[in-house]
Parts: sequence; C-alpha cells; structure tokens
Amino acid sequence: MKFIPALAAAAALALGLGGSAIAQTKAGFIYVGPVGDLGWSYEHDQGRQAVVEAFGDAVETTYVESVPEGADAERVMTQMALGGADIIFTTSFGYMDPTLNVAAKFPNVKFEHATGYKRADNVSTYSARFYEGRHVIGLIAGRMTETNTVGYIASFPIPEVVRGINAAYLAAKSVNPDVQFKVIWVYTWFDPGKEADAANALIEQGADVIMQHTDSPAAMTIAEEKGIFAFGQASDMMQFGPTARLSSIIDNWGPYYVSRVQAVMDGTWASVDTWDGIAPGMVQIGAFSDRIPADVQAEAQVAVDAIAAGTLHPFTGPINKQDGSVWLAAGETADDGTLAGMNFYVEGVDGDLPN
Amino acid sequence: MDFSALNPVSLMVSLMIAATPVLLAAVGELVVEKSGVLNLGVEGMMIIGAIAGFAISVETSNPWIGMLAAMVAGAVLALIFGFITQFLLSNQVATGLALTLFGLGMAALLGQSYTGMKPPSTPHLDIPVLSDLPVVGPILFSHDPMIYMSIALVAGVWYFLNRTRGGLILRAVGENHDAAHSLGYNVVMIRMGAIAFGGACAGLGGAYLSLVRVPQWTEGMTAGAGWIALAIVVFASWKPWRLILGAYLFGGVTILQLNLQALGIGISAAYLSMTPYLITIIVMVIMSADRRRASINAPASLGRIFNASH
Repeated sequence: MKFIPALAAAAALALGLGGSAIAQTKAGFIYVGPVGDLGWSYEHDQGRQAVVEAFGDAVETTYVESVPEGADAERVMTQMALGGADIIFTTSFGYMDPTLNVAAKFPNVKFEHATGYKRADNVSTYSARFYEGRHVIGLIAGRMTETNTVGYIASFPIPEVVRGINAAYLAAKSVNPDVQFKVIWVYTWFDPGKEADAANALIEQGADVIMQHTDSPAAMTIAEEKGIFAFGQASDMMQFGPTARLSSIIDNWGPYYVSRVQAVMDGTWASVDTWDGIAPGMVQIGAFSDRIPADVQAEAQVAVDAIAAGTLHPFTGPINKQDGSVWLAAGETADDGTLAGMNFYVEGVDGDLPN
Repeated sequence: MDFSALNPVSLMVSLMIAATPVLLAAVGELVVEKSGVLNLGVEGMMIIGAIAGFAISVETSNPWIGMLAAMVAGAVLALIFGFITQFLLSNQVATGLALTLFGLGMAALLGQSYTGMKPPSTPHLDIPVLSDLPVVGPILFSHDPMIYMSIALVAGVWYFLNRTRGGLILRAVGENHDAAHSLGYNVVMIRMGAIAFGGACAGLGGAYLSLVRVPQWTEGMTAGAGWIALAIVVFASWKPWRLILGAYLFGGVTILQLNLQALGIGISAAYLSMTPYLITIIVMVIMSADRRRASINAPASLGRIFNASH
C-alpha cells in the first residue's frame, strides 16, 4: 500500500524541481523503503549525503522514498528526468525494467541501477558482493549455534538473495557439519510486523541464530527479546540488539555515488557494471561482538582478510547443487555470470527454492 | 513431514499477537462506518498512534501512559478528518486518503529522534495456577492485557450497538441521516463522536504494533495493516463478533504460513505467502455474492455527505 506516498511524492517533485535556474548537476535517488528503515534504504541515503558533503552546492540531490517496484517507479523516474535530473540512482532490484524503459525515453539522462543485470548506453548497474559478507557471518553463525539451526528471513527468490543463503550456508557448514538452515520467504523488503512474525516462527522452530535479507531491524529486536543471536543487515543495527547482535554486513555506497556523480560532472560517465566487495570497501563487516569467543573472532577475521586479499572465494569447489549434480569441481571458483544469475540452492540446503 | 514441530499453543499465542493491531483498528472503523462515515485514514491514524505511543512510553517509561497517548493522538487526527468532512462537507474518500498520507508523513517527522530506542516492556498477565495450566494457561491466561482488552472492546461495541439506546441512535444516523435529523438527533455531533472513537482505536492498534508486536519504532512500520483493518470490516459485514473471526483468521493464516515455511513443507513459499490475502479476498467474494444481503448489511448512508439544510 505504498503507492499513495509515492504518487504524492512524485507530484511534489514535479512541482518542486521545475523552478531552479542555476546550472547545477542534479542527482536523483529512488528508494524502495523509507530512509528511516535503518537498513537498506537508510544506507543508500547515507550515500546520497556523502554526495552532498563531497560537492556542496555544485550538486543538487533529491530523493523519493517508499517507491513500489513496478509502474509507480517508472512514473517517479519520469518525473525526476523531466525535472532536470542528470543522473538517477534506482536502488532496488525490482526497478530494473522500469529503469530501462525510462532510460530509453531520456537518452541524455544517466541511470544507475542497483543489483540488476540489464544495461544500456545510459544505464549502468552496480552492486556489492554481499555474499562475501555472508560468508563471514555464516562462519560465525556455524560456530555460535547450539541448536545447529540457523533461521534465515528471505525477501524475494532473486539471485541476490539466493546467493546470500548459499554463501552463508556453505560457510556455516564448513565449520559445523550438522548445521541446518531454515528459510522463510516473506515476499516483502520492508514490513516490520511480518519480519518480526517470521523471526518468531523461526525461533519456535528451534533457530538460535537469525540472519535476514529484509530491510528493517525488526528481527534484531525480536532476537534481543528472545535472547538469541542475529546479524545486522545492510546497516549495523547495534542499537536494536546490543546483546543479540554478533556482527553485521554494512553497505557502503558513498564512495561509488561520489565517483559516479563526479564522472557526470566531468563528462566522462560511461555505462559500466560495477560489482565490488570487501576489498574496495563497498561491503564492510561490522565490529565483532564480545560474545563471540576469541578463536572464532580470529577465524572470521582471517576470512575477511583472505577475501580482501583475493585469496579466498566464498564459492570454491567442490560444491554440488541441491539435486546432487556437480556445480564446481574441487578448487574451481564460481564465475561472476553464474553468481549473478544464481537460481539454485547448493547441496544441503533444505526446502524447495520458489520460482 | 514432521508436524510435531508445530506447536499449536505457541501458534495460537503468535496469531493473537499478530491479529490484535488489526482487530483494534477494525472495531473502531466499524463504529465509524455504522454511523455512516467512511474513514479511509485508518493507516494514518494507526501510524500516528504507533509513534505517539512509542514516544510517550519512552519518555515516561510507562507503556500504559503511552497507549493512552496513542489513543488521544489517533482521536485528534480523526477529528481533523471529522471537521473537514462533517463541517466543511468534503468528500470522505479523498479526505480519508489524505489523512493516511498526512499521518505517515507526520509520524516519520515525529519519530526521527526515536529510531533505535527500546520501549519499556509491557508486562504479561501472570495469574498463579491459571497461567501455569498446560495448553489453556499460555493460550488464555498469560497474554499482555491488551489482548483481553481488544476482545472486551469488541464485546462492548456489540453491546452498545445492539442493546443500548445510544447504539440504536448511532445506527439510525448511519442508515438514514435525514430521518435521524428530522427526529431531532444531532447527526454531525454523533458522527464526530464515532470518528473520534475510531481514531482512538486505530491509534491503540498502532501502539500495540510499536510497543508489543515489534517493540521498536520504524518509519512506515504499519505497512498496510490499516487497509487490512478496512477489509476486515467489510469481511465481517459490519458485525462486531465477526471482526474477531476475520482478524484471527488473517493473523492465523499469516503465522501458519510462516511456520509451515520454516518446517520446509513441500508447498511453494510463493503460494503460502499469498494465502492470507487470498483467503481475505475469497471470503469477501463469498460474503458479497448475495447482493441483497450484502447491501442490507452495509449502513445505507455510508460515505454520503449530510447537509442539514437539504
């Protein structure tokens, strides 16, 4: 039911952006949730603020929050482009086709689509290798679970989310052969009530460590209340679970946004596909909690360093697919193409992957 | 498939918690609609209640004062709607939608400094012996008091509407405001009272969400609960008892599908996750299949503008 705020915002934007006469670079941002979600959209807005800080008055930024994926997104993008935006960041997977459609109509406006795989002359894609972070928290989860059950709150069955489940599972399994993952698909990015219900259901089914691929800190709050462990997702989320939070995967978009806006100002912008991980700092691992034993902390830190150095790839064979067929032979690492389109569980994950 | 991992007792407890915010908002909206006013601003009033309840609870360290504040905040917002629709005679649908927008924006503004805080915990009932009974204890005797209050509120509303003179007058206003007016009843003031009551209930439902169900404040956290409440009023064909059925059915299916997923049942998660909405729609289609019966249940003056000079 988020179409109404988005519509009103689009209308406000149309009114608000028309009047400026100063030759500024205008950057627009479209968020799938509220900037106050303290998760995914919050971190994208932190990136926007980094742009503001870097360029001051030379760049004017606008954003529209809580824009549903689909036709409404297309409307908001069109309004932004009509309002004179030079570059528009569309920050959710479901904005992919709308972004391509609008980009075709405005060849002079640059578009940057997060987590997608379709590009055009004026559409770049960018994403972070969150699976590198998933590997690290997967190791910690495998060591910390006492019930050998890790609960996973998943949003939509898209490659990005499936990759995260697989990476975390493989890492947990490597240190704890008995570990089992229970996955709940909530089919939303942001619905604190539903995310909390899912966390409760997982705890009732025996999970004592929760991971999430949704945008609000609701699950962290429930983990704190029930006295189990959880990880911050997209943002650190420390304040929601001071004792429950073990670590976190933090998205750091600021440097990328600054460099892309700079490229527009310099006239050097070109359509690229960026997929950065822990090494360039687009994915950060939050501080380890004191509740993680020192040897486990050291083990996780070794993994972080190895991934940053390029000596460890979270998807290194031998790995079989869920149906038992061979995916990667021993020592083989996954190529980016397969990772970007990952639509299967690896061997050992229970349940069917919805399609 | 091992269904023994499904604990019916904890399922029951979770579904009551999931259903209560919607039930509270729906019982308020039912009274509003019975008086002939359609207020689509439930979502906005809920979210204002959620932040008001959260903020005041944090400031006073007392969840009950917070819930009271949530009721006041919801009622104040509803009275703005009441003033615009009853005195300025604006379109109720448009005004209600505007109220939702306003509520969401206002709550986001008010809540800026409250993200990441922890509300004081709401105590649960703990009756010696009774709360310790197996099965019955956790289901009936160990909830937070708000769950009992929501059911008592439904009972109270049923009694008021069907067994008191005041309820009869309220229903008369909702069925035919011109006739009620000609009998000397102050249609506008009666409706203002109903609107304020509806706002207070929605605010309380919102506070339950931010203080008990999720215990945190996040922007936009109602995420459509207000619209479900509106659907449940129609679903219940404006009968208070059926609200409980509707809200618990919705909450129950929501909780059950999450648990079935965690169990790894062989039904696709995509189907499971749409079941709560699917069932709501199917039941509404069944309820309204008999056109005559459906139109008899809906208050005849619902959504119509009342102008005393006509």
